[in-house]
Amino acid sequence: MRRTVFPHKLLPWLLLAPQLAITLIFFYWPAAQAFRQSVLREDPFGLSSQFVGLANFRKVLNDPAYLNALQVTVVFSVLVAFFALGIALFLAVQAEKIIRGKGLYRTMMIWPYAVAPAIAGMLWLFMFNPSFGTLAWPLRQLGINWNPLLDGEQAMALVVAAATWKQISYNFLFFVAGLQAIPKSLLEAAAIDGASRRHAFWTIVFPLLAPTTFFLLVVNTVYALFDTFGIIHAVTGGGPGRSTETLVYKVYNDGFVNLIMGDSAAQSVILMVIVIALTAFQFRFIEKRVHYG
Amino acid sequence: MDNGTHSPLAARGAARTIAHLWMILGVIIVAFPVYYVFIASTHSVQTILRPPLPLLPGAEGYENYRAAFSGEIDRIGGVSLWRLLGNTTLIAVGIAVGKIVISMASAYAIVFFKFPFRMACFWLIFITLMLPVEVRIQPTYKVMVDLGLIDTYAGLILPLIASATATLLFRQFFMTIPDELLEAARVDGAGPWRFFKDILWPLSLTNVAAIFVIQFIYGWTQYLWPLLVTNSNEMNTIVIALKKMVSFADADTPWNLVMVTSVLAILPPILVVVLMQRWFVKGLVETEK
Repeated sequence: MRRTVFPHKLLPWLLLAPQLAITLIFFYWPAAQAFRQSVLREDPFGLSSQFVGLANFRKVLNDPAYLNALQVTVVFSVLVAFFALGIALFLAVQAEKIIRGKGLYRTMMIWPYAVAPAIAGMLWLFMFNPSFGTLAWPLRQLGINWNPLLDGEQAMALVVAAATWKQISYNFLFFVAGLQAIPKSLLEAAAIDGASRRHAFWTIVFPLLAPTTFFLLVVNTVYALFDTFGIIHAVTGGGPGRSTETLVYKVYNDGFVNLIMGDSAAQSVILMVIVIALTAFQFRFIEKRVHYG
Repeated sequence: MDNGTHSPLAARGAARTIAHLWMILGVIIVAFPVYYVFIASTHSVQTILRPPLPLLPGAEGYENYRAAFSGEIDRIGGVSLWRLLGNTTLIAVGIAVGKIVISMASAYAIVFFKFPFRMACFWLIFITLMLPVEVRIQPTYKVMVDLGLIDTYAGLILPLIASATATLLFRQFFMTIPDELLEAARVDGAGPWRFFKDILWPLSLTNVAAIFVIQFIYGWTQYLWPLLVTNSNEMNTIVIALKKMVSFADADTPWNLVMVTSVLAILPPILVVVLMQRWFVKGLVETEK
């Protein structure tokens, strides 16, 4: 709290009014509605509804389609986070070894950040489209029966590639910042002790990067869970045969295409719990980082 | 970036050359999809449909772009390319400016005034971080219908301008302003507006630029929200329109025009990020920590 403040009483409320109004109307009210609907069951015409307790949750959690979406989401998120973090870290380390031309590389690396997820998905589908994708063509020449529009695993590979590609930029920038914060003296000491560069990387650099890596792990998980909706929607539509249907895609599909309100609301509430857990985890960890950092 | 102080990881000799080679490979992978769609946009449909695609631009570029801008997109998608670009720019700028205005106002209120429930207001804004659109799709859509915001610019922009991250950043920054500055201003008889306009705003410019870039990209790349709240083609963003144009099963898809539209959908945000790189990188790495 500051020592000096302006004495006005009404003005701060006026300044806060637009933001508060928007959060109340478009965030809190709908979120409250999602909770309310999640314990009600409505008839398809929305004419009447009755309280059903946790029945919607029970139904959702016993639904094989939901469990499938949960599994798809876990596989998808783990793969995207692993590859996006791994590739970005590798490239950030290479970039730090370089003296001239770093700026140019960075300029090229940040492009995908600016590409909408849905378009990132489409770009990859253009390249790997079974009928005219230039990169699908060599796969066929190698005798691979490449058709991501029919084969679930290939569809998953394609959306993972597009989602990973888009996230590399972000992770790269953070890893570069993290690497630059490592004290030079530590590495010099290791070099004097005769440690190989590889050894020094795993024993000094990697542990010191842990805060950045944990932070990025949370961000990448949230990204894979929510921001990749566009990729799935534009590339596979959850298919073929639900093989790329993630939790967020299913909420959208049940609520807007299949119009099952109670289930959709219960799914929303489950997602909300996941986000709250992830955000809480992130901030707990950031507090820790302040102590050590 | 290259300011003479070498990174603690800087390598020499062969190791450095190998690092360059890896970076070149990385850049090729990262830039290739964008390059590929650009190349495709300069070829005819026949060439695009007959893989492999040439690695160099074709001769149809001018014709493709001219056709796209002079009514061909209108014929396929029911809305002109100009209108799509206009809509998307308006939404992206609207969201970025809107977020900056209301977040600065909130942070100013929270930091420079004392009033009941001050921190409660802060937490109320902060918690919206945990309520992304994706977890409240259905009821938020209903609010939009009830308020008559479907197919309006207000509907596309307003619900997205609440910003916990921007408010957080401005609050943090305002807290670093020394008390002496405010005291001096008050001795000179400056009110809240004068203090903001003459002292705080000029000091905030770097932060404003950083947030502008990040939020412009956020606005430009929106997908789920415009998908929900627009029915009319006239209100589409370029991203949504592109998705509607692309049908991989349909043999009649005018791929050359799809490629042109893709290029135009990714070029403006890439330019913004590349040209405002300095503020963007600083803003990204500092805000999110």
